[in-house]
Amino acid sequence: MTETADTGRGGGVERRVRVVLVDDHRMFRTGVQAEIGRTEQTGVEVVGEAADVDQAVTVITSTRPEVVLLDVHLPGGGGVEVLRRCATLMASADSPVRFLALSVSDAAEDVIGVIRGGARGYVTKTITGTDLVDSIFRVQEGDAVFSPRLAGFVLDAFASTDAPPVDEDLDRLTQREREVLRLIARGYAYKEIAKQLFISVKTVESHVSAVLRKLQLSNRHELTRWATARRLV
Amino acid sequence: MPVASSRPPAAPRAPVPEDVPLRKLYRSAEGRLLGGVARGLAGHLGLPVIWVRLAFLGLFLIQGVGALLYAVFWIVVPLGVGGRTAEPRSVFEITGDGRRKLRKPDRGQLFAMLVLVFGAAIFIGSIETTSSRYVWPTLLIGAGVVLVWRQADNARRARWAEAEGRGRRLFQMVRGLAGVALVGMGLAGFMVVRGSAAQLGNVLTAAIAVVAGIGLLAGPWLVRMTQDLSEERTMRIRAQERAEVAAHVHDSVLHTLTLIQRRADDPGEVRRLARAQERELRNWLYRPEGTGKEESDEPDTLADAVKKAAAEVEDKHGVPLEVVVVGDCPLDEKLAAQMQAAREAMVNAAKYGGEGGAVQVFAEVDGRMVYVSVRDRGPGFDLDSVPGDRMGVRESIIGRMQRNGGSARLRPAPGGGTEVELEMERAAET
Repeated sequence: MTETADTGRGGGVERRVRVVLVDDHRMFRTGVQAEIGRTEQTGVEVVGEAADVDQAVTVITSTRPEVVLLDVHLPGGGGVEVLRRCATLMASADSPVRFLALSVSDAAEDVIGVIRGGARGYVTKTITGTDLVDSIFRVQEGDAVFSPRLAGFVLDAFASTDAPPVDEDLDRLTQREREVLRLIARGYAYKEIAKQLFISVKTVESHVSAVLRKLQLSNRHELTRWATARRLV
Repeated sequence: MPVASSRPPAAPRAPVPEDVPLRKLYRSAEGRLLGGVARGLAGHLGLPVIWVRLAFLGLFLIQGVGALLYAVFWIVVPLGVGGRTAEPRSVFEITGDGRRKLRKPDRGQLFAMLVLVFGAAIFIGSIETTSSRYVWPTLLIGAGVVLVWRQADNARRARWAEAEGRGRRLFQMVRGLAGVALVGMGLAGFMVVRGSAAQLGNVLTAAIAVVAGIGLLAGPWLVRMTQDLSEERTMRIRAQERAEVAAHVHDSVLHTLTLIQRRADDPGEVRRLARAQERELRNWLYRPEGTGKEESDEPDTLADAVKKAAAEVEDKHGVPLEVVVVGDCPLDEKLAAQMQAAREAMVNAAKYGGEGGAVQVFAEVDGRMVYVSVRDRGPGFDLDSVPGDRMGVRESIIGRMQRNGGSARLRPAPGGGTEVELEMERAAET
C-alpha cells in the first residue's frame, strides 16, 4: 500500500502530531518508535510511552498528546479501561485526546469493545509504517480509521438483522455507508474508494465517521443479538 | 447397544460370549426398577432378568431376606452402564412416521409389577397377625431410603450424562426431600408405636444436641477437606492446561522458529513460515469453545471454505492474503463451484500480483446472493491481451461461474492491480 504515502497527509513535514504509545511490550514500542518516530520525515513526535493502564493514564494526562496509540490487551484492565478513565480528556473541547487502537488481535469482541469505548479507529499490528502514520493523522483530524477486517465486523453487525421498526433511522446504515464499508473491507484505501464512487475523500471520511457514531450509539438489542450470535456474551 | 434396545428387556436370551474376559458385576443404570441390582445380576449371570427378580421376591418372602440381600447389593455394587439391555427411557416412543405415541408397556415388566404387588400383599398378610405395628413404619423408612439412594445413583449418573435441566434438578431435590420426610415419618411412627411419644420432645432435643455437637466437631474439618479437594482439583486442571499449551507451543511454534533460523537468508520463506504459524496459532487460541484440536478436513460453510482456500494459497505461494468474511451460509454445489473459482482467482493474484502487497479477499453473504472479491495490487491484467489458447482465467474462473449460473468480472482496481468479482445465487433452501 505504497500509494497512501503520497496522499499529502503522512509525507507533509509541516504537519506535526504528538503521540503517546501504549503497549506492554517494550520491543513493540521500540519498533513502532523506529518506524514512525523520525519526526523530520513523518511529522510524528512520540512524546510518551506506557506499559500498563495506570502508567498510560498518568502519561496521557501529563503530556496531553493529540493521538494515543493504544494496545487492546494491557495489564490492569486492557485498553478499554484506559479509554474509560480518559473519557474526560476525549471529551474536552479545545484539545481532545484521540485514541487509535493498535492490536495484534482482530477478534470481534476486542475490536467492537474499544470502538464502543470511544476509540476513533482500529488497525492491526500488521499495518505498514506509512499506513500507520496516515491513520494517525486522520485520527488527529477527528476522522475514523477502519481496517478491512473491522469494516467486515461492522457490516456483519448491521447486516441481515431485520431492523426493529422504532429507531430504524437512528441506527441503520445508509446504502452509501454500506458501500463504503464494503470497499474498505475489500481492502480499498480511502482515496481509492473516493475514485470508485466518484465522491471526494472528505465525503468518504464523513461516511466512515457516521458509521462509527452509529456503532457507538447503536441500539442495544441489535448489538446484543450480534454478540450473542458469535457467543461473545 | 442400538441392536439390543429393540429387544424387550425381559426376553430370555442365551448368555452372550463376547464380554466373557472382562465381566464385572455392575448395577444397571438402564431399565431398572429400583437400584438396578436385578438387572445387573441378570446381565452378569446371563439370565433373564425376570428370573432374578422372582428369586429376590422369593427370598423376600422368607423373613425379608431378599430385601436385605438387595440392599447389600445396592450398597456394595457400583453403578455401571453394564446392564444387558438398554430400554427406552421415555414413556413415549417415536413411531415410524415421526409421531410420538404412548409406548406399549412390555409384558415382562407388567408381569414383574404384578408379581411384586402380589408378593407384597402376601408378605403383609403373613405378618399382619404377629407384629403389624412395626410394619408400616418399616415400610415407610424403607421407601424413604430407597428414594434417597436412587437419588444418589442419579446424581452419579448425571455426572456421566452431564446434561441436566434446571427443572430436572428441582425435581431431584423434591425427590430427595420426600425421601428424607418418609424416613422421618417412619422413625416418628416407631416412637408412637413404642408408646414413647410422650418423650418425643426430649428425644428430639437430645438428638438435635448430638447432631449439633457432631456438626461442630466435624464441620470445620469437613469444610477444610472439601476446600482442599477442590483446590487440588483446580491445580490439577491448571497443570494439565499448562502442559497442553506447552506441548502445542513446542510442537508448532518452536519448530517454526527453528526452521526460520535455518532459513534466515530467505526472506520469502521466512515470511511464509511466520504467516502460516501465526494463522495456525491464532486458530488454536481463538477457536470456538468445544471444538477439538483437529478440524474436520472438508469445510461445510462458506466462511470456512474461503478461509481454508486462502490459507492454502498463502502457504503455497508465500503471499499474505487478508480475508474478510461477512455473514456465512452452508456450502451448496453452486457455492462450491464459486469457491473453486475464487481459489483460482486467489492463486492468480498471488502469482502475478503478490509483490504489490497483501491480496485482499472479501466474501459476503447478502440475502440470497453470495459475493466474493479477490483483489491484488500487482501490475494489472488485461484479459484481451491474453492469447486465446490460455484458458486459465476464461475457463476456470469465468467459464466455471457461468456454467453454474453465476457471473464473474475482472477489472482493474482504482489504486492499481486487478479485482476479480464473483457473484452467485445460493441454491433455494428446501
